[in-house]
Amino acid sequence: MSNAPRKTALDALHRSLGATMTDFAGWDMPLRYGSERDEHIAVRTQAGLFDLSHMGEITVTGPQAVDLLDYALVGNMSTIGPGRARYTMICQEDGGIIDDLIVYRLGEQEAGPVQYMVVANAGNAQIVLDTITERAAGFDAEVRDDRDAYSLIAVQGPESPGILKSLTDADLDGLKYYAGLPGTVAGVPALIARTGYTGEDGFELFVAPEHAEKLWQALTDAGAPVGLVPAGLSCRDTLRLEAGMPLYGHELTTALTPFDAGLGRVVKFEKTGNEGRFVGREALEAAAERAETAPPRKLVGLIAEGRRVPRAGMSVVAGGQVIGEVTSGAPSPTLGKPIAIAYVDAAHAAPGTEGVGVDIRGAHEPYEVVALPFYKRQK
Amino acid sequence: MSNPQQLRYSKEHEWLSGAEDGVSTVGITEFAANALGDVVYAQLPEVGDTVTAGETCGELESTKSVSDLYSPVTGEVVEANQDVVDDPALVNSAPFEGGWLFKVRISDEPKDLLSADEYDAFSGSGN
Repeated sequence: MSNAPRKTALDALHRSLGATMTDFAGWDMPLRYGSERDEHIAVRTQAGLFDLSHMGEITVTGPQAVDLLDYALVGNMSTIGPGRARYTMICQEDGGIIDDLIVYRLGEQEAGPVQYMVVANAGNAQIVLDTITERAAGFDAEVRDDRDAYSLIAVQGPESPGILKSLTDADLDGLKYYAGLPGTVAGVPALIARTGYTGEDGFELFVAPEHAEKLWQALTDAGAPVGLVPAGLSCRDTLRLEAGMPLYGHELTTALTPFDAGLGRVVKFEKTGNEGRFVGREALEAAAERAETAPPRKLVGLIAEGRRVPRAGMSVVAGGQVIGEVTSGAPSPTLGKPIAIAYVDAAHAAPGTEGVGVDIRGAHEPYEVVALPFYKRQK
Repeated sequence: MSNPQQLRYSKEHEWLSGAEDGVSTVGITEFAANALGDVVYAQLPEVGDTVTAGETCGELESTKSVSDLYSPVTGEVVEANQDVVDDPALVNSAPFEGGWLFKVRISDEPKDLLSADEYDAFSGSGN
């Protein structure tokens, strides 16, 4: 296999738009088309169009599909209703996070086969696929690699419902957050999901790669009058950071359990399937106990008082001591200040804690400790 | 994008104007500004600082990264662009004009500064 980055079905289109491309998790992806700040603001105030075809789709079918997912993942998959989606994680036996996932329950018909689509991060898609496949032993279920079966286009921002409505007859008003339904958009068959990674209302459209260009073009044309712009991975990162959403490899790693990441709520011990057995259960029970009684570090937000930007890996300091580490940092277009997400010792994690700073190339820049998220949209 | 003919260029992507009364203006090229992305913070040398050709004299921070600023010449800083400190986006919107960074009284300059045509070829940014 060649080491050259993979290209999405929209590659030629990105280049014709003058995108700056970047290698991300083995894919050649648009980083930005013009100013990433303008793209960020467009998503907050109007709409942005993203190519997310690098995300990894895995289909799970068969009579015991849901039992397999209950066993392989930490969430309670049995409770996902038809046409609904769930944010969840897959963990190692020791509780370490392999990836965070969205699981969509497809297959609307009562009598039809139940079908689930697991969407993994690009960089983890292979290990997630391998892990679920391995955990499928003994279950009457089929795990299928569908990475090449889909392109994924997201339209995000307050104008996105109006834009999408002009291109589909699907009942978008009835489509709740974290739900999906099959439909036709701009004449193209699509799975329409009301999900995203920006903190705004929006949709993710899973389509066959041969239809991706047509769909992108139709969304561009329909959205242009209301300010929709193509948006790259750079602004996707600042959007999710403001929204306090974790990113695998930054806030989430195999060295951390969901409880360490402040996301213990995704772990469901009260599962009914498989007599409650699931991979990582024992380690996660211990992690839950530890988080309750003596949390080592907590995930917090930091807002700069100055203008220098914190970056992943920089030390958080207080009283001359290292008390934590920045996992993500960027200038926040919405706040107009640099912001960061960091793991800090529990003693310094309360919002308003005095005397906390970030070591930026030797200088201790003062930072305010805040609760996440930095930004929440008005509904 | 076109690199002004009357300027000279360093391989660290700074530009240098012709001297007026021994003072030249320094900025970064449009090619460099585009590569950085939106500049959000500029730390410039201060008036009275001595800068040395090829050595760092400040930093430019963008959404994704921080980059050292190199001086293309040796000399004394006589002015720093306060407009850029207040509004770093000027570096992106007008790299060869309002986004200039500092003015320097040159005491020495390297022999290998590039002409506009040479810089076009070096950066592949002339087209």
